[in-house]
Amino acid sequence: MTDYFLLLIGTVLVNNFVLVQFLGLCPFMGVSSRTETAIGMSFATTFVMTLASLLSYLVTTYILAPFNLEYLTTMSFILVIAVVVQFTEMVVHKTSANLYRLLGIFLPLITTNCAVLGVALLNLRLQHNFFESIVYGFGAAAGFSLVLIMFSAMREKLSNADVPAPFKGAAIAMITAGLMSLAFMGFTGLIKI
Amino acid sequence: MNILIAILVLGGIAALFGALLGYASVRFYVEGDPIVEQLDALLPQTQCGQCGYPGCKPYAEAIANGEAINKCAPGGEDAIKKIADLLGVDVLPLDENHEQNNDDTSNLPKVAFVIEEDCIGCTKCIQACPVDAILGAAKQMHTILIDECTGCDLCVAPCPVDCIEMRPTPETIHNWQWDLHKIAVKQIG
Repeated sequence: MTDYFLLLIGTVLVNNFVLVQFLGLCPFMGVSSRTETAIGMSFATTFVMTLASLLSYLVTTYILAPFNLEYLTTMSFILVIAVVVQFTEMVVHKTSANLYRLLGIFLPLITTNCAVLGVALLNLRLQHNFFESIVYGFGAAAGFSLVLIMFSAMREKLSNADVPAPFKGAAIAMITAGLMSLAFMGFTGLIKI
Repeated sequence: MNILIAILVLGGIAALFGALLGYASVRFYVEGDPIVEQLDALLPQTQCGQCGYPGCKPYAEAIANGEAINKCAPGGEDAIKKIADLLGVDVLPLDENHEQNNDDTSNLPKVAFVIEEDCIGCTKCIQACPVDAILGAAKQMHTILIDECTGCDLCVAPCPVDCIEMRPTPETIHNWQWDLHKIAVKQIG
C-alpha cells in the first residue's frame, strides 16, 4: 500500500510529466488560457490516461507477450489510445455539449498528447504490474491536471497584469512555465524509491 | 508464419475495438446539432432584424457558423454574455453599429468621483459614506479614496450641488476577481 502511495506522489510531484519530464507540452500551452477549459481538459485527459495505461498493460501482457509480438507495442498502444480518445469524445459529446465545444479540437488531439503514449511506454519500461500501471497512469494524469490548472489560473491573472509589451501573451506564458518547472525541481529527492 | 500471427493479432485487437466503438456510437448517439436551438433560446425573439439577419433564428444559425456574437441590440450585454458562455468565446462589447441608447457600462463595478471644481465642502457626503472613504473637512474640497470606495451610491443623493458621479473602474491586477464556474456534468440518461 505504501509503495503505491509513494509511486503516486512520486509521479504527481517528483517526476511530474509536464514540468520535469516535458511530456504533453502541447495541451499545456494550448488549453491553458482559460481555467474552465483547463479543468475540462484535465478531466478528459485523466480519464484517457488512466484507461489507456490499464488497457495497454492488458494488451501487452495477455495479447502481445504470449505471441512474442513485443515489437508491435507502439503500434498497438496508439490503437488503444485512439480508441479510448474516441470513446471519451462520444461520452463528453453526449454528457456535456458545452464542454465538448469548449475543448474543441483539443479533445481529439489527446490522441497525439505524447504524455498518454509516454505513460504506456514508461509502464512497460519500468515493468509495472497491473495495479502499478493504473496508479502510474492516474498519477501522471493527476500531475498533468494539477500543473495545467495552476498554470491556467496564473495565465488568467497575467492577462490582466501590466506586462511589458515585448513579453505579452505567449512570451510571459513561456517564462511562467519555466519558473514553474524550476519550482517543481524543488521536489527532487522528496521520495527515495 | 510469424508475420501472419502478427497480422491476425493486431487485426483481432482492431476488430474488437471497432466493435466497441460501434456500440458506443449507438449508445451515446447525439441528435442533430442542438447549438442553434440553444443560441435561438438566448436571443430575445424580437425578430427586429437589427443584426442584419431576417430574424432571431437565422442569426442564431449565423452565429453557429462563426458570425460575430455582438450584433443583437435588444439582447444587449446580457445576451452577449450568455452566448459567449455557451460558445466558450470571449465577451465582446456590443457592436456600435447595432447599439441602442442604453448605457453599456451599467454592469461594471463603479466608484464615486467628486468633480472637484463644483465641490463646496459641505461634508454631507462624508456623513453619508458608510466606509469612510471620503476625505475632506468643512469648506475644504472633498475627494474619494478609490481603494476604499465600495460603489454603494449613498453619497450621490445627499450632495447639494450634484458634484458626485459614479464612474466605472477599469479591471486591473488589483481588483481582478476569479470568475470560475463549475462545469455542469450531467448523468447519462
